[in-house]
Amino acid sequence: MLAVTGLTMRFGGLKAVEDLSFEARAGEITAVIGPNGAGKTTVFNCITGFYRPTEGSIALTDSAGTRFALDRMAGHRIAARAKVARTFQNVRLFAGMTVLENLLVAQHNVLNGASGFTLLAVLGVGRYRAAERLGLEKARHWLDRVGLLERADDLAGALPYGAQRRLEIARAMCIDPVLLCLDEPAAGLNPRETEALNALLRGILADRCSLLLIEHDMGVVMRISDHIVVLDHGKKIADGSPADVRADPAVIAAYLGEGDEDEATA
Amino acid sequence: MKRAVRDAGFSALIALGLFAPLIGLVTENGDNGLVLRARPIAVAVVVILVFLGRLLMLTRAAHIAAPKPAGPSPAMRRAGSALAPALLLFALVLPFGGSRYYIDLATLVLTYIMLGWGLNVVVGLAGLLDLGYVAFYAVGAYSYALLAENFGLGFWTCLPLAGILAAFWGVLLGFPVLRLRGDYLAIVTLAFGEIIRIVSLTHGPNGITGIPRPTLFGLAFSMEGGEGTFAGFFNLEPATIQRVIYLYYVILGLALLTNWFTLRLRRTPLGRAWEALREDETACRSLGINVTNTKLTAFAIGAMFGGFAGAFFATRQAFISPESFTFIESATVLAIVVLGGLGSQLGVALAAIVMVGGLELLRSFLSFLADQMGSPVFAGIANELPLYRMLLFGLALVVVMVLRPRGMVATRTPTAAMGPH
Repeated sequence: MLAVTGLTMRFGGLKAVEDLSFEARAGEITAVIGPNGAGKTTVFNCITGFYRPTEGSIALTDSAGTRFALDRMAGHRIAARAKVARTFQNVRLFAGMTVLENLLVAQHNVLNGASGFTLLAVLGVGRYRAAERLGLEKARHWLDRVGLLERADDLAGALPYGAQRRLEIARAMCIDPVLLCLDEPAAGLNPRETEALNALLRGILADRCSLLLIEHDMGVVMRISDHIVVLDHGKKIADGSPADVRADPAVIAAYLGEGDEDEATA
Repeated sequence: MKRAVRDAGFSALIALGLFAPLIGLVTENGDNGLVLRARPIAVAVVVILVFLGRLLMLTRAAHIAAPKPAGPSPAMRRAGSALAPALLLFALVLPFGGSRYYIDLATLVLTYIMLGWGLNVVVGLAGLLDLGYVAFYAVGAYSYALLAENFGLGFWTCLPLAGILAAFWGVLLGFPVLRLRGDYLAIVTLAFGEIIRIVSLTHGPNGITGIPRPTLFGLAFSMEGGEGTFAGFFNLEPATIQRVIYLYYVILGLALLTNWFTLRLRRTPLGRAWEALREDETACRSLGINVTNTKLTAFAIGAMFGGFAGAFFATRQAFISPESFTFIESATVLAIVVLGGLGSQLGVALAAIVMVGGLELLRSFLSFLADQMGSPVFAGIANELPLYRMLLFGLALVVVMVLRPRGMVATRTPTAAMGPH
């Protein structure tokens, strides 16, 4: 569903990503891995519209067959129209707002569309009431899924770190994405939280939302990914199933390092 | 203890450096022009006060540093929720008990409350630091003055027009500053405020005179009385106080409308998007929120309220000139918003009462105090006491910001709640 072709991103003289092509298939979890500075986050920022690629194309085809050229869309439209959601490496919640408000902000386009240029919403009448009720329902559904229903009215910034990560995923899911991009979702989580995250991601996949993730935690990647793309110095060095990638000598040399194989199997 | 004394001594030294020229020297009319007179005793008093104050602060530091409970206590919360209705009631009955002086003062305070509430949309909710808010106030005032002068339109026709024109200017300012944040945004808006004032406003520094007063459903408040005037219609003796009270209720109504609208607006998707924008612009973009439109609407709606207040200002004063729209107005309104607590409606109202009303009352109080100090001990200080009001006022602001860094009312009411499960 997502096809990246010949993607190159230059910052001045620095080539962060060079001639990268890969595909993320619908209904799968695709992982992008690589050592620090390999250009993973740059690829993410290109896909989600935060950077405009120097060269190459990024195309998304949804289940209805509509094709979006993500490399030519304005940043916010990628989330609004093409329905590509993302999370951030360092969690970016609306810390001063409550958990519930975070999820309502995520449904901004739907709710604002029903608010009759805000006038219906100011008066609290008409179809806005129904839209708001549905919005609250959806928020409740996702809070339940990530186990945060009890904390709906607490400030997002007051949640423990693991809960903030889950909330960020729930918030991204509130835009009804077809592709969810996760930037190191397991960073800083303890083993039990990582297990819960795996279950959550599998559940999201079952909801017909494909996943693209960047990850350092090899345990997470190897266990849940269907397809792995390995980057090093901005270039693709391997692409295939977890088993293929684990056996690839180039990957072991570049990423895992010699004598560090136990990490790969951990 | 030794450290505390040393620290206090150091503070006293700074105070000496500051106040020796500020308080210690005074110019007087002598035989040949101005002469300089030294006042060492006054300086000594202030320096000793600073020394003792700092010492007291340090020795009691253990109490101050103790962790405070996170939220306000239930008793405080109850008092807080009773405060707004009490203030409203007071505002409604004020004209029946107050003299002309107090009604005029209250009208001024309400104008600033309205400006504060308008700016609160931009600064408090959307988090866009605007130092040129007075520009929209000026646009509103001049819109009404010019429309009335050239087309003979009345106040109530012009009020919405003034708001729309100000909103238009808000969008116009919004476009070039879309990419700016924080300090840079503040500088550009500051410049905008100055440009509006300086660039050839109609009639230049002469201003516009004879701006018509508002009418009550077509009834004018004229001194002649008779047919078609307020006094004539109700068979009253024509008096200026009727117009003063009417103007007071007009601004009270406008301010309450602003308050109602902003409170409702906070609970709309747009209002939530503003607050989200203040928290994290990048995250907003990743959720598909059109950051450009959201910012522009914040500027436009904030400016619109400024425009309404401006039109009211023009009709109340009946005379406006660029002199009325200097940077100090922007600074005052911003200080009201920050002091009150960003985003808090009640806080803004309290801060406006303190900053505008309090300053005025402090002047009367100091004059009163000076009159009481007949004793020769105070000779030389008594008649200068009212001059210290700005100094005292600045000190009070610093104290408030030290004790409550997030403003007088720092609590934020969530715009939606799931409630207990």
